Amino acid sequence: MRVALFVACFDDAMFPATGKAVTVLLERLGHEVAYPPGQTCCGQVHWTTGYHREAAALARAFTGAFEGCEVVVTPSASCAATVRGAYPRIARTARDPALARAAEGLAVYELTEFLVDVLGAADVGAYFPHRVTYHPTCQSARTLGVADRPLRLLRAVRGLDLVELPAAEECCGFGGAFAMKNADVSVAMVADKVRHIRDTGADVVCAADNSCLAHIGGALSRLRGGVRAVHLAEILAETGPS
Amino acid sequence: MTPSSPGRTPSSAGTGGDGTAGTDGRGTAGARGPGPPPRPKFAAAARAALTDTRQRRNLRGATAVARGRAAAATAEPADWEALREAGRAIRDETLLGLDTHLEGLERAVTAAGGTVHWAPDAAEARRIVTALVRATGAAEVLKAGSLAVREIGAGDALARAGITLRETALADLVVQLGEDEPSHLLSPAAHRDRAEIRELFLRKMPGAPPDLPDDPEALAAAARAHLRGRFLSARVAITGANFLVAETGTVVVLESEGNGRMCLTLPDTLITVAGIEKVVPTWADLEVFLQLLPRSSSGDRMTPYVSSWTGVTPGDGPAEFHLVLLDNGRTQALADEIGRAALRCVRCSACLNVCPVYERTGGRAYGPVYPGPIGAILTPQMRGVESAADASLPYASTLCGACADVCPVKIDIPGVLVHLRGKVVESRRRRPVPTPELLMMRGLAWTMGDPRRYETALRRGTRWVRLMSRGGRIRRLPGLLGTWTEARDLPLPPSESFRGWWRRRNA
Repeated sequence: MRVALFVACFDDAMFPATGKAVTVLLERLGHEVAYPPGQTCCGQVHWTTGYHREAAALARAFTGAFEGCEVVVTPSASCAATVRGAYPRIARTARDPALARAAEGLAVYELTEFLVDVLGAADVGAYFPHRVTYHPTCQSARTLGVADRPLRLLRAVRGLDLVELPAAEECCGFGGAFAMKNADVSVAMVADKVRHIRDTGADVVCAADNSCLAHIGGALSRLRGGVRAVHLAEILAETGPS
Repeated sequence: MTPSSPGRTPSSAGTGGDGTAGTDGRGTAGARGPGPPPRPKFAAAARAALTDTRQRRNLRGATAVARGRAAAATAEPADWEALREAGRAIRDETLLGLDTHLEGLERAVTAAGGTVHWAPDAAEARRIVTALVRATGAAEVLKAGSLAVREIGAGDALARAGITLRETALADLVVQLGEDEPSHLLSPAAHRDRAEIRELFLRKMPGAPPDLPDDPEALAAAARAHLRGRFLSARVAITGANFLVAETGTVVVLESEGNGRMCLTLPDTLITVAGIEKVVPTWADLEVFLQLLPRSSSGDRMTPYVSSWTGVTPGDGPAEFHLVLLDNGRTQALADEIGRAALRCVRCSACLNVCPVYERTGGRAYGPVYPGPIGAILTPQMRGVESAADASLPYASTLCGACADVCPVKIDIPGVLVHLRGKVVESRRRRPVPTPELLMMRGLAWTMGDPRRYETALRRGTRWVRLMSRGGRIRRLPGLLGTWTEARDLPLPPSESFRGWWRRRNA
């Protein structure tokens, strides 16, 4: 299958390893990966912060960049949720039926949904010999409803010791602009998230969204917590020494 | 947006337009003079609340218990999702025909011997309530737990008229004795633990036994003894309402202590203050809410005390009954196609109990009346988003969505929050000098709007950010981004972006 890859602007600049991992992984599974060069940003931050005119402009650019792609896959759950859930609202707010139609024509999948539902591959042949805990980000678990798909993928990874995260469903406190506008509450929330992560004894915390992971990882880094925040895609792309 | 689609309610006549009067709960906004100092923004109020470790522990405990109970109680009925959908539908239909239902309610209340008063704003409601109490000559009024009474600032208005308002709900009594602000919709004293309550009773409650232990039963017994005399001597009581049944003109109150019921039956004059959105058309509709509310709020299958009264009955109960129907910004909210969903709220407080932000800040950071996620969407709609404090409320959420999952009437709180954030931004756009945030977001959108511009900015930005890093981490960011690095590092952006890698690989 020819898969159009969407790498969120944030991942493009800060976490290119995630996009590379998705590319390697999908190619390993026998698919052709395309990277439409016109892509920039889905407009999530503008939309959720209230800059709805700007969000509409970015949504138009996004749908233009991915027009005609059979499937679009992204390792950013919140961006997938934005395109799927928010674009119809953005179009309504901007009174732009053409944008609504363009958004409807896009089949955007978050990576784990694509692997499990479309490719039917719970075992992607990964090897990752570490103790790992999984944080279900709010946009992946609640908005997209990816349910246990990431866990099914992780359970199939050879060598991986999956440990359950206490209060896993609780938000890490990132919330886009919230992390800056309400920095104190945001930090109080991530402090609890980090405490739960450390309680598991895991060496690695993973999720399907680098934005939440940047928040959690940023707090862990400040604490010298000895736990790495790694995107799920990077774990799935690992095959170990062959 | 179709602002004229919902029916204009009778109470909208004469609304000042801003609907803001008096919702500060201090009762001074409608009066002349300098008024109270402006409320702090959510972030500032939250910062103070976060340092109160005792409150945080108490709230964490209280919300965890409430969360667990509600989760168990809502998992029980097989038709829970159908009930939620029915609740949502009844609320929406009622709100769209609100004027008709309110007129029906007024006719029924009047026919049953009660009197209906329309209060377009808090100031008018205060005047009505104060005049009604004054007419009785009473120096003391009992109050059964009510948000609307707090919303209009009745306590201070009555105090200025020389009348003392006495709280009778246990949690409200604790807040009143502590000269505190309520922190939770359902349990206003959720931020207090029993040791604090014991100390408070010993210091402030006349007749509290000096050897009072701090177990809940003893504390409740002490409060009961204290209140008993008040109930027996009271001539006037003020209550709120959970529901107003239009077809019979009946007021319905749900409570767990029974103190409210004492207020309804013993005094001569009974005054009910209720928001206009509390109306339900029929008793059959009420059936749905009597299941939804207790399970979502306290995790009970049924509320211990469900009291209802219709007008007056000669020789039984109060001789006079007044219903004050409060608008105070509600028709303004009703006119908003998306925001009006907030008026479906039945004040169960389930959204507070699951909200990770509320759990850490408590209710007072949200302002004095409506805390938590529902307050964050209700208050800015009722009061507008002109003040910095009100404009900060839609941002008091990470949009995690836990609130929407548990709302018994399916209010899409995150969706409304985003909608209101759009309103805040639109109001800021009208300012002559653009805010730094507006400039940043515009610049960002302009850059991102074109792949070439984006790429240039990406290259420059990466170089610049890498210069600011130390030891592979970014520990200090400038300007608006600085709040991030107050407590969190950022990894160093690699010198090659993904698109750079892709291009090199496919060259």
